[in-house]
This record gives sequence, structure tokens and C-alpha cells, in this order.
Amino acid sequence: MRDKIIYVLGLVAILLLARDLYLITGFPAERNQGVIFKIIFFHVPMAITALTCALVAFTSSILFLVTKKFQFDALAVAVTEVGLAFLAGNLITGSIWGRVAWGIWWTWDARLTSALVCWLLYAGYLMLRNAIEEPTQRATFAAVFSIFAFIDVPIVIFSIKWWRTQHPQPVFWGGGSFPPDWKAVFGWQMLAVLLVGVVFTLVRLRQEQFQREIDSLRRMAHAL
Amino acid sequence: MAFVRQVLVIMAKDLRAELRTKEAINASLSFALVVLLLFSFAFDPSEETTREISGGLLWIVFAFAGTLLLNRSFARELGNDCLDALISAPIPGSALFLGKALANYVLVMAVELIALPLFGVFYNVRWTSQFWQLMLVIALGTWGMTVTGTIFSALTVNIRLREVMLPILNFPILIPALLGAMQLTSTLVAGKPITVENDAWLKMLIGFDVMYTAVSVFLVETVLVGG
Repeated sequence: MRDKIIYVLGLVAILLLARDLYLITGFPAERNQGVIFKIIFFHVPMAITALTCALVAFTSSILFLVTKKFQFDALAVAVTEVGLAFLAGNLITGSIWGRVAWGIWWTWDARLTSALVCWLLYAGYLMLRNAIEEPTQRATFAAVFSIFAFIDVPIVIFSIKWWRTQHPQPVFWGGGSFPPDWKAVFGWQMLAVLLVGVVFTLVRLRQEQFQREIDSLRRMAHAL
Repeated sequence: MAFVRQVLVIMAKDLRAELRTKEAINASLSFALVVLLLFSFAFDPSEETTREISGGLLWIVFAFAGTLLLNRSFARELGNDCLDALISAPIPGSALFLGKALANYVLVMAVELIALPLFGVFYNVRWTSQFWQLMLVIALGTWGMTVTGTIFSALTVNIRLREVMLPILNFPILIPALLGAMQLTSTLVAGKPITVENDAWLKMLIGFDVMYTAVSVFLVETVLVGG
């Protein structure tokens, strides 16, 4: 049953992505920035998906500490890994856009810097997990660190915003304008990228469960 | 009041143990000196340029030297299973944590207050013109560093690669605090006071300290027994 859900969701995500890609390539180039502007259809959904992942990781870390149920630990690690991948995608697409629009791969602008700091924060989470052998200890310590990291995200964003700002203002809530048909495709694209995130998380979650089963079988075998 | 006494007992114990051996504080101090020296090769130590980046330089020295001290905080208790004895002692985990954090705070502050005048001498920076405001920023920044450093010291004490993990976990979390402290220190060392324009950094530092102290006190029990 679980496997079928994963396949169906994956298929829906692929179809949606293909449809969006077809529509996006059909759109005319943006007046000032040209074709590169269309990277926004990938760049922004990936950022939102990564943020959603951080929120889910935070919630499931708290739930683990409260309930001590390992499903929540598995969810936390699955979602953190997926979020890290999406944040990396966000950073890379942003970098490509920056190369074309600004002429440089990287600049120490507020959003770029905060995204990089968040990436490092959650990379630390995975490194911490790798360094601990005992499952209960690993889950507990990782959950504590995840809570620390999530609290840091808004402080990082605001402090670095005071530090400097060069990133283009948001197209949606700032002064920019987005034609209605682009908006619709953007909504679908958002859904597609989120779905890809969900599918990745489910696959990773299954791996985590298998891993635990293997570990417990191994312990049983050693006990014999 | 019993709680305050417990905190002070732990703090006194840690300070006494450190001051008798002086191993961590000596290492930290000489490391701070080495880093200060290295910066003179990396940047032209003439007055103009160093004053602009002095806040950054100082806090990098403080963060590196502080990490050496913080690493020892819980690692010191590993021998003879002292950590287990401390955890089973009839005091709350938060008292143990705050006592250790305060002891670390005193030690890190001591290293910083020695490194600061040396920095002034080596780089010909007259840092005393806004003395009390600078002290306030250093006190706040160091508390942020110590409080997260102490909880991560407890978190990493029993794991592989302990010495490496502490800075890997602590520095990214500390970035907002370090950024604020660097900005304010650069301004103050240049002789300009904190005004309405940059007091947002001061508020952010205070907020960071309060929030992470609260979260650490709340979660420390989980860290100590959860292992």
C-alpha cells in the first residue's frame, strides 16, 4: 500500500513537472532579464519546500522528545535531508541566475547568506547524527539540535537582512508584477516541487524504517 | 535560594579545577595569541584597514579561543566517570548547566580581556574610547557564545570527533550573535558610540542571549539523561 502511494505521487509529480516545463518554455522572455527570469519557477518553489521541510523537522523533533517514538525521529532525518537537497537546489539556481543577471556567481547579499547559513546549520545536524552510534542517544541529541537550529533560522534571516540587502525584492508580495497565467503555472509548479519533496521524504522514511529493522535483526542474531 | 547555591557550587568547582591545572586556559590564551599573530600576516596591520575590520578579527579570535575552553567543560568530567556522578547528584540539570556555563563564562571572559589590550598594542588600535559600551557588547556576545557552547559541549561529550563537532555545531548557530557583536565592536573600536541607528544589533544580542539561555535550561535535562 505504502509503495503504491509513493509510486502514484511520484507519477503525479513527474506529469505535473512535465506539463509545467512545457508551459514555461512557451512563455515569452521577460523584458529586462530575458529567458533566465524563468528560473524563478524552480528557484522559489525549492526555497519554500526547503522551509516547509525545516518546519516539519522542528515539529517532529519536538514530537520525538515528547513521545519518544522513533517514527518521528525517522521523519525528522528524512525531511531534513530532503530539505537540505532542495536548499542546495535553491542556492545553485540562484547562483546561475546571479551569474547571468548580476555577472557574478555569488555575492554576500542578505538572502544568499542566510540560505547558506541555514544550509550549514542543517548540514551540522546530519554530521551530528553520523557521529553518534546509539539510536536513542542519536535521536535525542539530533532532536535537541534541530530545535536549536530552527529557532536560529528567523534570527539569522533578520540579522543578515540588517547587515545588507541586494537580492531582488520578492515578485509576489513586493512591488513586482507577474501576469495571471504565469501565476497559475507558478502555483502548479509549487505543487509539483512540493510533491517531489513529499515523495523523496516517503522514500527516505522507508529506508530509515528498513534500517531500523535490519539493526534489530542484527541485534537478535548477535544475541543468539 | 538552594538553586542559586547549587549553581555557585558547580561554578566554583569548575573554576577551582581549571585554575589548579590551568591546562585549558593556557591553551586557549596561547591559541588566541597565535591567531592574533597570524592575522598580522593576512592583513596589513596598519591603522586604517585594521580598525575597520577590528570587530571581525577580535570576535574570530574570541570564538576560536573560546571553543578550546568550552570543549574541555564537559570532557573534563569524563575521567573516573565524574559526569555520571554529577548527573546523579541531587541537583537539577539546569543548576549543573548554569554552573558550568558561568564557570566557562568567567574563563572565556578572562581570555578575552587579556587578548583585547594585546590586540590594541599589536595593531595600534585605541580601543578604550568607548570602554563601557565595548565591555557591554563583549559581555553579551560572550554569554551567547558560552551558553550555546556549554550545551553543545554536553551534547558532544560522548560522541566521536568531539573536538571537531563542537565548532561545527556551535558556529553556525552563533552566526547572528557573532555578526551583531562584530558590527558593534567595529563601531565602538572606531570611537563611535552605539546610537539609535545600530542599537538594533544590541537588542538582537540581548534577544539571542535570553532565548538560547531559556531553551538551553529547558532542554539540558534531556541532553544529560537522554544519552
